[in-house]
Amino acid sequence: MFNLTTFRELVVAALWAGLLAGLLLTAAQQIQVIPTLLQAEVYEENAAAAVVASAENSHEHHEWQPENGWERTFFTAVANISLAVGFALLIGAGMCLRGGAGNWRKGLIWGLAGYAVFFVAPSLGLPPEVPGTEAAKLEDRQVWWLMTVLDTAFGLALLAFAKTRINKFYGAVLLIAPHLIDAPQPEFHSSAAPAELAQSFIIATVFANAVFWLAIGGLMGQFYKKES
Amino acid sequence: MSSTPVLLDNAQTQARSEVLKDKILPAILAGMLGLGLLYAAGFAETAQLHNAAHDGRHSASFPCH
Repeated sequence: MFNLTTFRELVVAALWAGLLAGLLLTAAQQIQVIPTLLQAEVYEENAAAAVVASAENSHEHHEWQPENGWERTFFTAVANISLAVGFALLIGAGMCLRGGAGNWRKGLIWGLAGYAVFFVAPSLGLPPEVPGTEAAKLEDRQVWWLMTVLDTAFGLALLAFAKTRINKFYGAVLLIAPHLIDAPQPEFHSSAAPAELAQSFIIATVFANAVFWLAIGGLMGQFYKKES
Repeated sequence: MSSTPVLLDNAQTQARSEVLKDKILPAILAGMLGLGLLYAAGFAETAQLHNAAHDGRHSASFPCH
């Protein structure tokens, strides 16, 4: 069988790191991410209302969604924490393969790598979008996102850990490769919200996710420091 | 003399299975658990999950809608 203690240590560390980083992200989002999103939603709803008013017999079935205010913030916090624990488990898996993180400072480097893999690289092709933005088919974007994330992860790992120059070179190629293939774009670009709002959302997410990832990495390094 | 390589082989096999048990398997299991969570919070298309996690997905720049 496998080493259950190591697995348990990893999970416990990821739960704590994810809980704290998720709460921190929820707080950081209140500065600019959520206000921008809510503003964009007003534009989206106005645009949708215009469409509904012009169409007859539009009985759209509305699914449950959290009410604005505390309920919505609560569910966003739950989502943030789930994402954070998931990311922390992946980072922990990487640390475990490398024989432990060592300390929170080395953890920060893992966090930066996670930020590059899961936020920066995919956002270069598919920038963070406010609701009400026209985009390509969801499946196409998900495929490009996943391919970019995998490519960047393998590329960075090769660059950092490969022993030979040629393998490091392959790592660099993998890092660049996804950006040579155009990310899926909609036929016509349009957005209900003004361009400044979209811009402000990108800046807001760049900062919020940086804080988020540094927290995940640093906390994982602190909680899962065992070095063997 | 001839027993040395055999001993080395045994030691190597043992070391390899230690690495598998202590590092690779726990890492794979933790990674799978992490991917499951990320899928549920970030990608699952069930309306309820999507609406609950909506702001988190937009903030993380996951392809949404």
